[in-house]
Amino acid sequence: MNFKVDHQMFLILNGVIAGLIVASLVGFALSRRAKSDDRKVTIDNLNARIRAWWIMIGIFAISFVIGPAGSMLLFAFVSVLALREYISLISTTRADHRTLFWSFFVFTPLQYWFWYQGWYGLAIILIPVYAFLFVPIRLALAGETTGFLDRAARIQWGLMVCVYCISYAPALFTLNIPGYQRQDAKLLLFLVIVVQLSDVFQYIWGKLMGRRKIAPSISPNKTWEGFIGGIATAVALGTSLWWITPFSPLQAMAMSLAIALMGFAGGLTMSAIKRDRGVKDFGSTIEGHGGILDRMDSICFSAPLFFHLTRWIFVSPHPSWFH
Amino acid sequence: MLWSVLPRKLRALTRPVAAKDYWNSGLKKRIAVNAFHAVLVERSGKMAEVDRAFAARNSLEILLEALGTENSLIVFPEGTRGNGLEVGPFKSGIYHLWSRRPDLQFVPVYLSNLNRILPKGEFLPVPVISRVIFGPPLQLAKGETKESFLGKAHTAVCALKEV
Repeated sequence: MNFKVDHQMFLILNGVIAGLIVASLVGFALSRRAKSDDRKVTIDNLNARIRAWWIMIGIFAISFVIGPAGSMLLFAFVSVLALREYISLISTTRADHRTLFWSFFVFTPLQYWFWYQGWYGLAIILIPVYAFLFVPIRLALAGETTGFLDRAARIQWGLMVCVYCISYAPALFTLNIPGYQRQDAKLLLFLVIVVQLSDVFQYIWGKLMGRRKIAPSISPNKTWEGFIGGIATAVALGTSLWWITPFSPLQAMAMSLAIALMGFAGGLTMSAIKRDRGVKDFGSTIEGHGGILDRMDSICFSAPLFFHLTRWIFVSPHPSWFH
Repeated sequence: MLWSVLPRKLRALTRPVAAKDYWNSGLKKRIAVNAFHAVLVERSGKMAEVDRAFAARNSLEILLEALGTENSLIVFPEGTRGNGLEVGPFKSGIYHLWSRRPDLQFVPVYLSNLNRILPKGEFLPVPVISRVIFGPPLQLAKGETKESFLGKAHTAVCALKEV
């Protein structure tokens, strides 16, 4: 898991900052022009989101420049915060307490430790196999049988989404693609940029021309116009970034599409949970955005697929008949 | 925890009331008294009837003294952590406090999820998000009876649960 900051990363980070400056200027201009109260609320929220983006990108850039350890730590921390929001929102009982403690303080660090060590085989089965078995065992030992399967499933689900799936993002550092050594960090940049741009442009297209709702029972803000416009923009921008990846332009396009679609699915799925629990956001940690999990939902779902697609095509030792 | 969300200026004037039997030893006492400026009182649960009345009166005096003219007290009227599911019945201490000092304002506060962070009898906390919800001060009539006073207080705290 080697790492260096190269010229391309520099260009990308500059590009991101340039994009944010443009966004901030547009936000400022809009706040000047907003007349009705209704619009003002929307524009204020937009500007709060842009301010939060500066902070999020600042934190991400610092962890990124530190290298794999920095990114692992950052995402491990994000996992804890996401799991915290998730557990706070769903109901757990007193008998779940010790199991929750294990989830937060044993499985989460262990998951990231395995990735940091590059123990691929362990990292991909720790939660789906061992935590999956451990959770019901620990709950059984606690002796409370009311809602047993429900309670076990809730905790398992939280670990899978908030810890296992998110951990695939910094796991990109471990790929070590032939001909692309010491550059895996740029795959993480690619993933985060495409997925977040997809979210941002779905929001923008939806606000500008959103009419037909995709899933009115789940999220009133998701429209076909936003979905198509956002995904198309994200795929176009993702394709234009092919030069920082080991992909050809066509591959970069396919990868961007996969990332954006899974990101959308993630947002939709997590919205269903929020809807079920009767809340709009998972938390209030990030001004304008809601909670950490509201920002990470799309990464949760796209990171595992992006990791395995990339690994399958570029890394894994295929059997000889494959080529 | 309630104390930690107050503005710095108010913290110096706000003193939590804690059970002497739990907080009165070694390190715990040092934390309670030095860091939080806590007022320690006897819990009467395990005493004989005669001692109980004496201890209660004694505690009341301690609280009145701690209040002075400008301090606030943080009181847990349930007197125990409870089961964490519903707000338990209130002890009469706050009523007696009010009958001696009718000028006091009683501000209801609800602590959500506290029992999920650290249930009674557990020693390892889980980082669940908790909220501290403050309500408007109780509206009290002059000759309020003990039952109606405690009822009002209880209703006010329970109402915050739904916020």
